[in-house]
This record gives sequence, C-alpha cells and structure tokens, in this order.
Amino acid sequence: MSAETSTASKGGDFVSNLGKVYAIYTGGFLAFVILLAILEQMGVPNRIIGYLFVFFTLAVYALIGVMSRTMQVSEYYVAGRRVPAIYNGMATGADWMSAASFIGMAGSLYLLGYDGLAFVLGWTGGYVLVAILVAPFLRKFGAYTVPDFMSARFGGNLARFLAIIVLLCCSFTYVVAQIYGTGIIASRFLGMSFEVAVYVGLAGILVCSMLGGMRAVTWTQVAQYIVLIVAYLTPVVILSAQKFGLPIPQLTYGMALQEIGNLEQSMRASGLAPANMKEHVAAFTSYSPLNFFALILCLMVGTASLPHVLMRYFTTPSVREARNSVAWSLLFIFLLYFTAPAYAAFSKLEVYQNVIGQPLANLPNWIFTYGKLELVKVCGANAVDVQSIIAACGKIAGQGGMLRLQDLAINTDTIVISTPEIAGLPYVIAGLVAAGGLAAALSTADGLLLAIANALSHDIYYKMIDPNAPTARRLTVARGLLLVVAVLAAFTASTKPADILAMVSWAFSLAAAGNFPALVLGVWWKRANSYGAVAGMIAGFGITLFYLVVSRYYPALGASSFGMTALLNPITGAPVVDIAKALADPATADVVLASKVGWFNINNISSAMFGMPVGFAVMIIVSLMTPAPSRQMQQMVEEIRRPRGGTMMQEKTA
Amino acid sequence: MQTPDDTYWPRTRTLMFTMLGLWFFFSFFINFFVTALNKIVILGFPLGFYMAAQGSLIAFVVMLFWFAKAQDKIDRECGVAEDE
Repeated sequence: MSAETSTASKGGDFVSNLGKVYAIYTGGFLAFVILLAILEQMGVPNRIIGYLFVFFTLAVYALIGVMSRTMQVSEYYVAGRRVPAIYNGMATGADWMSAASFIGMAGSLYLLGYDGLAFVLGWTGGYVLVAILVAPFLRKFGAYTVPDFMSARFGGNLARFLAIIVLLCCSFTYVVAQIYGTGIIASRFLGMSFEVAVYVGLAGILVCSMLGGMRAVTWTQVAQYIVLIVAYLTPVVILSAQKFGLPIPQLTYGMALQEIGNLEQSMRASGLAPANMKEHVAAFTSYSPLNFFALILCLMVGTASLPHVLMRYFTTPSVREARNSVAWSLLFIFLLYFTAPAYAAFSKLEVYQNVIGQPLANLPNWIFTYGKLELVKVCGANAVDVQSIIAACGKIAGQGGMLRLQDLAINTDTIVISTPEIAGLPYVIAGLVAAGGLAAALSTADGLLLAIANALSHDIYYKMIDPNAPTARRLTVARGLLLVVAVLAAFTASTKPADILAMVSWAFSLAAAGNFPALVLGVWWKRANSYGAVAGMIAGFGITLFYLVVSRYYPALGASSFGMTALLNPITGAPVVDIAKALADPATADVVLASKVGWFNINNISSAMFGMPVGFAVMIIVSLMTPAPSRQMQQMVEEIRRPRGGTMMQEKTA
Repeated sequence: MQTPDDTYWPRTRTLMFTMLGLWFFFSFFINFFVTALNKIVILGFPLGFYMAAQGSLIAFVVMLFWFAKAQDKIDRECGVAEDE
C-alpha cells in the first residue's frame, strides 16, 4: 500500500510540473538541433547527423517510457485518468497524425489539387462528431476500451466480441502501415536496409508502450508531438520567408496559388502542358462531387469511431476536461493540416517555375537526388542523371528536348522530404524532417498497438476467459500480447505488402460502419437494445467489408453477379473501363477491373456510404421489433448523460 | 414547474443539434458552391479553395472551444456539473 501511495504522489508531482518539464524538453530539443547545425558546419558528415537525430530522439522516448513504467491496472489502461486536457490534446495529435499525414498528405494535395482537400476536411471535421456525440459520454461511463462500453450498454459478450472484430480489422493494417513508414523513413534518410529499419522502429515502439502502457504512451506522445510539429513547420516557414519575405506560409501561399494559375495558362498556351491538365484550385477534377463529399463524410465518421482515438479521451480527469481536450486535440492537429496545402503549393510553384520548360540538360539538382531514390521519373525513366533522361525522352515523339508537364512524375512522398533541399537549407533540416516523420509514425503505432493489445488482454482474456485473474497476471498477459502483436505487425511490414497503404484508408470506412451507429444510438437513443446493436453492427460492417473486398479483389464477380458497374471519369462522365471487354478475358478481368467498378459510382474508399446507413437502419428497425431494454439499462443511459458523479465502472485495483 | 434538472437533456440535445448544423454547413454546404466561390479572390486565395483548406478548419476549432464552454454552462445551471 505504501509503495502505491508513493508512486501515486510521484505521479501527482509530475502532473503538476508538466509545463516546466515539457518547456525544458522543448528547449533541449531546439538546443540539440542548433548543436547539430554547428557540428554540420564543422564538417561532420550528413550520415552521422542523421544517425544522431534518430538515435537521440529514440533514446528520449525510451527514457520517458522507462520512467513511466507502472504495475497499476488503471495506470496501465487509462494513465490513472490524470492527463490534463491540453496535454491529452497534444498526445491525441501525435496519436492521430501518422506517417501518411506527415509525409504523404502534402504530396496528395500536390497531385490532386482541390480534391485532395477532402482529406484535410475529413480528418479535422470528424473531431466535431467526437466531441458532441461520443467522447464525453464514454469518459463518463469509465470504460477501459471501446468494446468494454459496447458490452455494458448492449448486454453481453456478443456485442463485445463484434466490437473487438471491428477494432482488429481497422487497427492491424493501420499499425502495419506505420511500421512500414518507419522503415521507409529510416532507409531513405539513414541508408539502413529496410528490413533492419523495421525492427529498429519496432524496438522504439516497444520500449514506450510495454512497460508503462497508456501512461508511458501518453507522455511519449506529447514529446513526439513537439518534435513532429517543429519538424513539419520549420522548412516551410523558412521557404515562405525566402520566397515572399513573410514567415507565415499559411498566408503567403495565396500568392503562390495565383502564380500557379498564371503558369498553368501559359504552359497550356505554349504546349508545355496537355490541354486537359488539372488546374490546382479547380474542384472535382479527380473525384466527382458525390465521391468528394462521400469521402469527407466517411473520413469524419470514421474519425469518431476509431478505437485508438476514442480511448485517448478515457484518460482525462473529468468529463469537462474530455470536452476541452477534444478542442485542444483539433487545434494541435489543425496546425499541421492547414500547413499541408502550403507545402503543396510551394512545391508546385517550384516545379512550374524552375523545372517545366527547362532544357533537359538544365534541370535543378534535386530532380536527380530524388531520381536516384526512384522517387522522380522523367519520360518514364528514373531521373538518375542527365544522360539517362535525355535517352528516355529521345524515344518520345514530339518531346522536343524541353521538359513538359506530362514528362515528369513525382512520388507523393517527395514533396515534404524535398522541401529542405529545394529551399537550399543545410542537411540538419532534412534530418529534422526525418526525426519528425519518425515521431509521427512511432506515436501512431504506439496508440494502435495499445488499442489492439488492450482489447485482447482486457476484453478477451480478462472479461471473457478469466474474470478472476489477479492484477499482476492481467498486466503480464497485456504486455505479452503487446509484444506478440508488435512482432507480428513488424514481420508483416518487412514483407512489404503491396496493398497496405490502400488498406489504411479502408480502416475509416470499416470503423464508421461497424462502430458509429452503436456508439451514437447507445448514448442518444434509450430504446436501442442489444438485438438491434448486434444486427446493426453485423449488417453495416458486413456490407462495407463486402463492398471493399469485392470491388478491389473480385471485381469481375461484382460486375457479373452483384450489379456493379464501371466507375465514371469525373470530368467527362465516361466509364473508366469497358466491363464487357474486360470480362471477355477471365484470366485478366480481376486485374483490369480492380477498384474500377462499384455501385452508384462510389469509390471503394468511401464504402461506408452503404454500410453506415444500413447499420443505422437495421439497428433502429430491429430494436423497435424487439423488447425495450430493461429499466436498469435505461437508467444507466441516463447516468451516462450526466457528468456528475464519477465513472460508472468501478475497477477493483487489488 | 420543471426543475433545472429536467431541462438538462433537452438543452444538451439542442446544443448538439446546433453543433451538428454548423458542422454540416462548414463540412458540406459551403463547399457545394466551391466553383462559384472560387471567382472571389482574397490575398491570392480563391475563396472556395480557401474554405476547404483553412476556413472550415478554423470554424471547427472555434466551434469546439465554444461547445466545451456552452455545455459546461448548461451542466452548471442544471446542477449536473462535476465537482472541481
């Protein structure tokens, strides 16, 4: 008992000193960046700078993980519910922003122009739904996991089990993608082999989450947020100051947009760009309006249903703090997402001004730097050096020796990575970006792994298999499962599964269709009962999974047996593929048609458009056809709605 | 006469629907008109593009801080707020 009190009071001291601790940490980090900049000027090689960055930041995360180790159940699962709103907001920001947000988002905006903003809108607006519909009520209820809530509200282990299935389906591919991301970042910046980098990343993730569970992950994620936001903003702020004399990229990229518009006109006039080129600010050139808004809706509702996000709000000291915390989370996330379009605009301007229309022998250096990494292609060949691109372009009739827009292909990951070089900044800034990308990937992986392992240890082992398990054994099982899941995810990532990145975007639709109706109606509609919830989850999740799998992997079957038709080109309205012709050759039909067929011209990334309404409808209809929930259950729902009176689930802490 | 306690849930629900309406407006409604709004240009930003890239996002952040305050006020007036 005395040991417990002393750890608790130590924790209390730490919480009351948070401001000081993280101010010192931020100052230390900035001093470290400056120190490396000085070392670089003194001639220390780039490779060493890169290694110092990665290993120093990993060591700090590990130190926080070790210092936050715990043997208490509530500390392990919900950080003792002592995390103040603003710090939980930062932790949620790091939890939320993945390698894809950090490295890939700006590139998608570069490629898609306005239509890419569906991701910016979808991944921010979802927090409004989190705050008004779900998070405060789950906090009041006092669950450790999302399946915990489903089981208590919808009486029994069937609802719990379905929620676990949904959780595993949307979290596992997501965590594989994060570990894959750490491998990519470490291999590109540090020249490590991809397979080694994956296991280095794994070690970084495990030291944070294994010993201290949610408590360690929380304080590590705050530290990681600080690194990732500094790393994201620094290069583009400097670039903005260089180009437009004002270090506020979010304001100055308006000028870049205007110049881009002028250059688009002149490139088209001079034949440097195809007549049908997509204008950067023009809407609905990549997605039809229906698909654009469907994607926004699915991403938003998915945000409000993803277990690894919702569980962050279980850690605040009160319901009031949970609401404040959602607002802080969105503010911290917003800082990155409203900067991403500036990255895209500056890169595009650089390409249009200094790359397109240049003689092939005169292209800027960065084209070749990234060409060697196979990230930039000119005339279909990797831009390794001048000779190779001249040779490749020589084979194209009418190419003319000047680089045209259609000759250039840039991998979307290049946009953020190459900005330090385009701005002519020293290598230390590139190292900073690598450390930021790594922080983004690791923090998201931490949160996801914890969500998966907690569902397995708390929901399956403790609640379903052995409800009498003593605390020590529960925590041992939790740590063991965490290790197993992490190694499994790292192994999957090391095989470089081709589809993994596409499958991440599916997580949102799966979570939206599987969890959202049951979560929302569970709180907002007392009449919702367990029959309705179970039927709704099965129907909504089932249809979404069916649509995803059939349209992606069995499109020929979808077209011949399930009435799927070809998707339409958003500009011309013509079908993007000839189904009859493709079906004529069964051997290649699935490859030709993959992700090009569907119902009502809805892309499979937005498949919750079918599953979510079906989930709501089935849940409501079945609930009304079966007996109302018991008096006690209805009282429990009333209790969830009132903040006063502490959490409802009391945990034995022996 | 209704006690403040009885008005708690109706007031909470009204606030939720107000927020949901604002959410719909900034997520979808305003962006239906992107092509028309793009004809208005401020500081180089076409307005339709600006709303999806920044305007709606700022609205979301402001809305959430306002919501946390408004809901807390309801909690206190209806006597269901948590102890500090």
